[in-house]
Amino acid sequence: MLKAFFQKKLPTFELEIEFSLNNGILALVGPSGAGKTTILQCVAGLQAPSSGEININDKIVFSSEQGVNIPIRKRRIGYVFQDYALFPHMTVEKNVMYGKPQKGSIPNKVLTVSNVLEMLKIEHLRNRYPNQISGGEKQRVALARALMTEPELLLLDEPLSALDQDTRSTLQQELLKLQVQWQIPFILVTHDLQEAEMLGDQIIKLDHGKQEELRKFDKAQ
Amino acid sequence: MEFSYVPIVLSLKVAFAAVIIVTCTSIPIAALMAKREFFGKDVVESVITLPLVLPPSVIGFMLLYVFGKNGPLGKLFEQWFHTRIVFTLAGAVIAAAVVAFPLMYQSVKVAIENVDQNLEKAARTLGAGELKVFFTITLPLALNGIVAGLVLAFARSLGEFGATLMIAGNIPGKTQTMPIAIYFANEAGDTGQASVLVIIMTIFSFLVIYGLNRWGKGSRRDSRGGGA
Repeated sequence: MLKAFFQKKLPTFELEIEFSLNNGILALVGPSGAGKTTILQCVAGLQAPSSGEININDKIVFSSEQGVNIPIRKRRIGYVFQDYALFPHMTVEKNVMYGKPQKGSIPNKVLTVSNVLEMLKIEHLRNRYPNQISGGEKQRVALARALMTEPELLLLDEPLSALDQDTRSTLQQELLKLQVQWQIPFILVTHDLQEAEMLGDQIIKLDHGKQEELRKFDKAQ
Repeated sequence: MEFSYVPIVLSLKVAFAAVIIVTCTSIPIAALMAKREFFGKDVVESVITLPLVLPPSVIGFMLLYVFGKNGPLGKLFEQWFHTRIVFTLAGAVIAAAVVAFPLMYQSVKVAIENVDQNLEKAARTLGAGELKVFFTITLPLALNGIVAGLVLAFARSLGEFGATLMIAGNIPGKTQTMPIAIYFANEAGDTGQASVLVIIMTIFSFLVIYGLNRWGKGSRRDSRGGGA
């Protein structure tokens, strides 16, 4: 469960956003420079909003009023970067292992690297380096790496924009499946309205920091 | 006169010791300067790189002032360790470290700045604290620049002349390093000794530059093939 309302001053406009999400996928759609990535970074803790509050599973991770700003590494958020940001000096397996929680830090979870690699069909790439795999494969590795941390929320920044049409369609289907399997909210940033309509249970359109709700259908409601 | 290998051994000792000091100091300072903003940063940056442009005699003079018998650090060393810096091999190491520091510092700083910040952000989203990010992401990805800086610092330490002469003097067998031995052998008309050392220094310097260039080309090729 994610609840957020916050403002963020940007050089040319002020971003204002309010949304809540129980489960399912929230698609943020809008042209480049509309503030989509800024929203993700504020939720993740890579940037701090100017004011407002962000609440994940009834835990306040940011509140300007209470002076709370929990560091990124303690927010338990998976983040998939636009350029994947795979560590070039580590194999696929090491990349995926990087954020694996310490034993016992999260009770009742027994997720192994093999589970995650299998789920994303990248087991055969285990010992390859990022420069030895294709764009679609990199995307799967980035997803695997984010899921390995067993996050409570997954943020995806234009995850499919650099891929060819076929790979893209396949991965769109898999994202939908993953969300159902994983049962955590996803926020997906895209500039493609069609993609947003296909994947989003909720769609928020952004233009110069103002939001317009296009669809609101929360699976949990 | 018989050829003496002692200056070569002394030079290598000085260069190794200087490189160790420079490595231990430049990496944390470069990391701090690359990652943090603070008041007076430009001034600190200028002071750090000053030895690169100052004449060696000026550096030698300053070191004599600081480490001399009555200098602030010279006195401390005398009191604590009952030893002096001036006219010892330690003086030569300090002189070499001071002139080599900016080369290593600049190389490391550029390398750290060039590490894709998204990778560091990604590591943080994966639960890594700042130290883990630095040691598992930043440092390994900046390794090429660090090694290049190390080699340059070593070569510069080996070739240091002016400041070394002022603070460590020219004591054969004790502080007389290769460049100083060349100068005084030539002065004394011993061109045999001078030319052998000159040939050794030249070959070594050539190998350093050649090796760095070759290696630079290799790692550029690697990163083109990459594109992660």
